[in-house]
This record gives sequence, C-alpha cells and structure tokens, in this order.
Amino acid sequence: MSTPATRRAFWQGLRDGAPFLLVVGPFALLFGVAATAAGLDIVETMAMTALVVAGASQFTALTLMQEQAPTLIVIFTALAVNMRMALYSASLAPYLGQARLGTRALAAYFLVDGAYTLSAAKYEREEMTLSARLAYFFAAVLPMALCWYALTWVGAVTGQAIPESWPLDFALPITFIAIVAPMLRRLPHLVAAFVSINVTLALSWMPYSLGLIVAAFLAMAAGAMVEAWQERQG
Amino acid sequence: MSDPVTIWIVIAALGLGTFAIRFSFLGLIGDRELPRWALRMLRYVPTAVMPGLVAPLVVWPAATGGEPDPARLIAAAVVLAVGAATRQLLPAVAAGAATLGLLLAVLPSA
Repeated sequence: MSTPATRRAFWQGLRDGAPFLLVVGPFALLFGVAATAAGLDIVETMAMTALVVAGASQFTALTLMQEQAPTLIVIFTALAVNMRMALYSASLAPYLGQARLGTRALAAYFLVDGAYTLSAAKYEREEMTLSARLAYFFAAVLPMALCWYALTWVGAVTGQAIPESWPLDFALPITFIAIVAPMLRRLPHLVAAFVSINVTLALSWMPYSLGLIVAAFLAMAAGAMVEAWQERQG
Repeated sequence: MSDPVTIWIVIAALGLGTFAIRFSFLGLIGDRELPRWALRMLRYVPTAVMPGLVAPLVVWPAATGGEPDPARLIAAAVVLAVGAATRQLLPAVAAGAATLGLLLAVLPSA
C-alpha cells in the first residue's frame, strides 16, 4: 500500500486540497449560522452537514423549509442541485472502478466538487496506480471534509460568519478556474468550456439547476466531437 | 420553520438521495468496461461542468447584487491566464486572490 508513488500522491493531494479550505471554511460557517438562525438545533444542523456534505443543496433545503414548501418539493429541489454529481461519479468510475465496493462507497460519500475536480484533472494528466489515485483523492478531500464539519459547528454555536466585506465569495471561482485552466490548453477542453459557460448563462432561467445539466451534456458532446475530429485529422 | 419530524425527514432523504447520486456510477459500473464513446464524453466532465458552475458567480456576483464587477472579471481572467501558463494550482490561486484584493482596494466601488 505505502509505496513511494502512493506516498507522493498522498502529499500532493494534501497540498492541492489546501486552497479549498478557503472555499469550504467560510461556506461552512455561513451554513452553521443560517441553519441555527432558521431554527434548526445543533444536532439537526450537524446531522445535515455530515449526512449531505453538499453546501449548495443544504442551503436550498433550508430556504425552502423556511418558506414552508411541501416536504417532497424541498427534497426534490435540493436533490436536483446535486444531479451534477452523477456525472462526477461516472467520470471517476474508469479510474476508481477497480477499488473494493466499500472503498468506492466511501469515495462516493466524499465526492464533493473540489476533490472531484482536482482528482479528475490529476488522473487525466498522469498515469497512476489505483492505490496512488485513492491516496490522492482521500488526502485532498479529508481536510476539506473535516473543515466543513468543524466550521459548521463553529458557525452554529457562535452565530458568527465572516464579514461580507471580505470578498470570499470569489474563493470558489478562483480555485475552480485554477484547476481547469491548464486543461484548456487542449482544443477539445477549450471548446467544452466555451459551450458550458455560454449555455449555462443562456439557460439560467431554467428551474432546478437544469440549465447546468443541459449545458454539461452539450459541452461533453462538443468536447468528444472535437476530439474525434482531431483523431481523424491525425 | 418546519417541525422536527419534517426536518429529520428532509435530512434523511437528502442525505440518502445525495449519496445515491454520488455512488450511482462508481458503485454500479465498478470495473466494467464502458463503450468508447462514453469514455470519450466522460473525459470532458470537468471542463463541461466547472466552467458552467462558476460562470454565473463570475458574471453576476451576489456580492454586487448581481451586477458585473470589473474587479472580479479581471481577477478571473488573471487566474485563467496564470493557470494555463504555469499549469500550477497555487500560483494561479495566489495571483487571482492578489489581483482581486488589489483591484477592490483601488477601483471605486459602487
């Protein structure tokens, strides 16, 4: 298990995941504050944070519950926000599919945006053994997850979020653009990103985050077509 | 706010449902071979989802009430340029954060 390559992947995962603490931390504090302000007690707040581990959908559920929406609507709307994660799951299957079922289940529980994007980019870039891939993924995600639990709790107990005058809203765009940017040196990825951005913005009127899903499928198809075209060109 | 029973139903359903979504393909496909066209499409998931996820936050930031903000647009462009040029995560993040901090301090805000 602990070959030099696996150990190296572990340290790389820790290092690459570190910037995401700036994304996760403020978001977790804010969720803790918002959940208790909305009337959830500390046990309910922490149960949601630990069982769902998907901030945007947790905020969606919270907002809809405050608006007294029917329970089924709350559940389906919040789940719709997470549909993109089925694509993450499919995307990692060719890389992690040989892991044991329990390991795959654990990876699925931790399949958050940041760790997914880091890992998918890394696996495409480098030949790695299965154990090195797993070491990278879990090393990247564990600090994020611990930060998510811990700072939700701090937010819930203290009621203190980070002042809005700090532009931490932009930590998320900055980190995700930074991971994707090197991939855009290749034409199919550049085309996929172009389609993704334009279609998502054009379809921002669609409910249930559907615009993003439609855009993702069109962008994947566009990337795949450009790749196939490039192969034919030799 | 909802009553405790409703809150716990939402927590349980959202937790189970989210896990099911995340486990779906990882769990069911496992190490079975996927068709070539599927593998080809799946290679583009990161560049098909992340730019779309981030684009509204860059173009219509909530911090400015949804109005496009020059500081944030320029910072995003700097991250993109530094990331593509260096292929390194940390320099790109640092350059973007520094640009945003500087521009927000210098530019007149609305």
